[in-house]
Amino acid sequence: MQGFPILSVMLAVPAVAAIACLFLRAEAARVVALAATLIDFALGIVLWSSFDIGGAQWQFVESAPIFGRFAWALGIDGFALMLIMLSVFLMPICIGASWKSVTERVPEYMAAFLFTEVLMIGTFAAQDLLLFYVFFEAGLIPMYLIIGIWGGANRIYASYKFFLYTLLGSVLMLVAMLYMSQAAGTTYIPTLMAYDFPAHVQTWLWLAFFASFAVKMPMWPVHTWLPDAHVQAPTAGSVILAGVLLKLGGYGFLRFSLPMFPEASSQLTWLILLLSAIAVVYTSLVALVQSDMKKLIAYSSVAHMAIVTIGLFAFNRQGIEGAMIVMLSHGLVSGALFLCVGVIYDRLHTREIARYGGLSINMPRYAVFFLLFTMASIGLPGTSGFVGEFLSLMGTYRVSTWAALVCTTGIILGAAYALYLYRRVAYGEIKSEEVRAMPDLTSRELWLLAPIAAVVLWMGVYPESFLAPMRQDVGRLLARIERATPPSDSNPTAGRPTALAAAAHAETHP
Amino acid sequence: MNMAADFAMVLPEEILSAAAILLMLVAAWGGQQVTRLVSIVSVFVLFGAGIALLGPASYGGSAFSGLFRADAFAAFCKVLIYGASAVAIIMAPDFFGRTSGDDLRPEYPILILLSAIGSGMMVSAGDLLTLYVGLELQSLSAYVLASFMRRDSRSGEAGLKYFVLGALASGILLYGISLVYGFSGSTLFADIAQAYAGGRSPGLLFGLVFIFAGIAFKLAAVPFHMWTPDVYEGAPTPVTAFFASAQKVSAMAMGIRVAVEAMGPALADWRQIVIFASMASIILGAVGAIGQQNIKRLLAYSSINNVGFTLVGLAAGTAQGVSAVLFYLTIYVVMTLGSFLVVLQMRDADGQQLETMASLSGLSRTRPGLALAMAMFMFSLAGIPPLLGFNAKLAVFDAAVQAGLFPLAVIGFAASVIGAYYYLRVVKVMYFDEPAHSFAPGDRVEGGLIALSAAFVSPLGWLLLAPLGAWTLTAAQSLF
Repeated sequence: MQGFPILSVMLAVPAVAAIACLFLRAEAARVVALAATLIDFALGIVLWSSFDIGGAQWQFVESAPIFGRFAWALGIDGFALMLIMLSVFLMPICIGASWKSVTERVPEYMAAFLFTEVLMIGTFAAQDLLLFYVFFEAGLIPMYLIIGIWGGANRIYASYKFFLYTLLGSVLMLVAMLYMSQAAGTTYIPTLMAYDFPAHVQTWLWLAFFASFAVKMPMWPVHTWLPDAHVQAPTAGSVILAGVLLKLGGYGFLRFSLPMFPEASSQLTWLILLLSAIAVVYTSLVALVQSDMKKLIAYSSVAHMAIVTIGLFAFNRQGIEGAMIVMLSHGLVSGALFLCVGVIYDRLHTREIARYGGLSINMPRYAVFFLLFTMASIGLPGTSGFVGEFLSLMGTYRVSTWAALVCTTGIILGAAYALYLYRRVAYGEIKSEEVRAMPDLTSRELWLLAPIAAVVLWMGVYPESFLAPMRQDVGRLLARIERATPPSDSNPTAGRPTALAAAAHAETHP
Repeated sequence: MNMAADFAMVLPEEILSAAAILLMLVAAWGGQQVTRLVSIVSVFVLFGAGIALLGPASYGGSAFSGLFRADAFAAFCKVLIYGASAVAIIMAPDFFGRTSGDDLRPEYPILILLSAIGSGMMVSAGDLLTLYVGLELQSLSAYVLASFMRRDSRSGEAGLKYFVLGALASGILLYGISLVYGFSGSTLFADIAQAYAGGRSPGLLFGLVFIFAGIAFKLAAVPFHMWTPDVYEGAPTPVTAFFASAQKVSAMAMGIRVAVEAMGPALADWRQIVIFASMASIILGAVGAIGQQNIKRLLAYSSINNVGFTLVGLAAGTAQGVSAVLFYLTIYVVMTLGSFLVVLQMRDADGQQLETMASLSGLSRTRPGLALAMAMFMFSLAGIPPLLGFNAKLAVFDAAVQAGLFPLAVIGFAASVIGAYYYLRVVKVMYFDEPAHSFAPGDRVEGGLIALSAAFVSPLGWLLLAPLGAWTLTAAQSLF
């Protein structure tokens, strides 16, 4: 596999398809888009299978210094691999979800999605600081158009809010990036990850990156763009927004904030823990009182992302691995929940929870899937949500018992709002004749939800498949940040299994 | 230096002047029907002058005892000026042909040529008087061009406003020049630099302030920007495009040369002025544009905003900063000409020019290609990657960060978010709103130019980054 520029090809396929879509009619554009995303998914499987677990940190490396100030440098480690897999897995599902529901300006729609895919893969694969920024920031343009053109009633407000909010966050990061590239004399990310900036500078750089990633994440109190964007975006737009774009923030913390500024990360862990703890409790409570399904899921996303941030800043293996699994799991589960909302929205054209009821009677298959994803969102053992949240909270406990205590209430509150949603939508009597007339899942919708359900269970039962590629990278990251581990209030003392065993031995054989 | 060598260095100016005078005679005898011929010849003359830049004009050094500079910096700026002038001539016939009232007259290309000569003198000036003569030649042609639509009262108003305020600015500049001359004893840049290096005197400081005020006026930098929206709105669209591109380049290049060559030792003094003008232009240009409904006024505020960003590079005061300014100007000229070419396409079924934002509604459905090009220019002006405008902003802020101007970089970037709002508004109107008008089909040459500029600002343009960066750096280093 070495020598073949697979990452560039993965970027080129959707890019070419996107340009082609602009010149095609609606039907052809749908087919081209689906074909391109499936090819990319196949390439993704090749990428994963030829990824050498335990091998070099950076694999599939490509570099061509053709842009003067910065280079076309690509390469991935285990974290990036997993997130690229998530993107290429969700993209065909997004195209499928828009197959029938998008009828206007289909070629442009497909082109916008394919460009989004290019930019997402590029963000995870970029090894050049400025190239990363270009991919990271360019994602705003297609998303702005997707929300603005194909969105709901209040789409224009939502699209502006989304664009300007995230742009303001990222420009500060760009100033920091310029400084870093001048101070270190390079824009090559692996070199910068090993470069030690002076401690007082680190704090400023950390804050500049924080401004961008916290908005992207989103963290409380800069999360307010997310519910608006989600509610107004078309179904597939919400899936990609929740599934992948929110992961950019977490990826940024993992790739930049922690390894490049370990001291600053340690000093400011309190800030992350505080904001995350507030986010978990506050947004869960807000989710509880929502009457709009998409808004409810959007707020639950903020709460889940807070579990990611506390895990990342736990400075230990459980926390970081847990955070990554939460990101992957949330990408799948919230994406699937948005699809579930989309399924019934396509039938009744409303997201008002109160209009539905008793769907388990006339849509049994739908109710099963919806239940599975609701449970995964709560974190029921056996689903992906449990693995991630458990690891993440366990890691947090070793740094701050208080943060772990407060954030764990998120699981209880999560159960409350998710089950309450499920009860109102699926159980009870059928609300109206309109609801009674809704048909169960079509085979197309089944094909969209079934693969996600399979992966959610796979990740819940055997997370090792997903943890293995990242294990070594977590080790490298820990080796880099160990020196700055923040003080902990939990001080767990190791047990003494050997002494006990010896005592037991002595008892039985006096 | 002998006379022949001196004349070889001003070859582009000689070609342009001779052609302008000859064409003026042709126009006087030929009358209205030679308009087309004169236009075509003028474009070729500009190309010829561009080719002449390959000669001693780009490396000769200084001519006429230091009055005139022929270096890589001047050559680079002249390429931009001549190119933009040629586009301004090419875009005119279609505009005047369709607009009721005034026809295009053969004087139009000639005035553009004269203005190009003046601009060329400004960027090549090695002496305050050469600079002033060049500036006046450029401005006088510009005043006439602004009021070229004689029967349109807005055009006449624009010309008059431009003339009155331009004359005031020239006065301010001349006062500054007289102060500097009085306190340094010379108008040659090299001698002035020595005087500034020799120590501070209030006279020199006042001279510096007045000269920078004059330059800021020509650049339309805040607080000397008030004429811009009115003149840009009233002037015929091709002329506006010319003002926003070629004139900006010449004024900026003149500013750079005066700042670096004549007042280099007073960096700390003029940097404050430049930083203030830059901040104010970025913020006011962004805020002022928000309420605009006329697309030409919007682009006028956009040009003020962009001047602010170019000044960020000048504030750095280094070769890298100047290189970033030239880089920015190159990309800015392409984006601006592209946007004005799109504005020219905004014509109703009778061919009358439309200028309101609302008339762009739903352009993405009626003319998808045109809307895509305009959207690319807007995102590029807003500095969103992967469009080339991002690299321009990156370059100037890179220079500012390197010079340690962190607050400037942070405020500038934050204000660019305000600017993004109104660029987004244009995209919103084109893409999210329902179609309002269907425009008359456009000219093929203009369509080609739009496609070319859109390709330049698209990610394809990234391949030019390395050579362009090298070229601007060479040009900038010839000043230091």
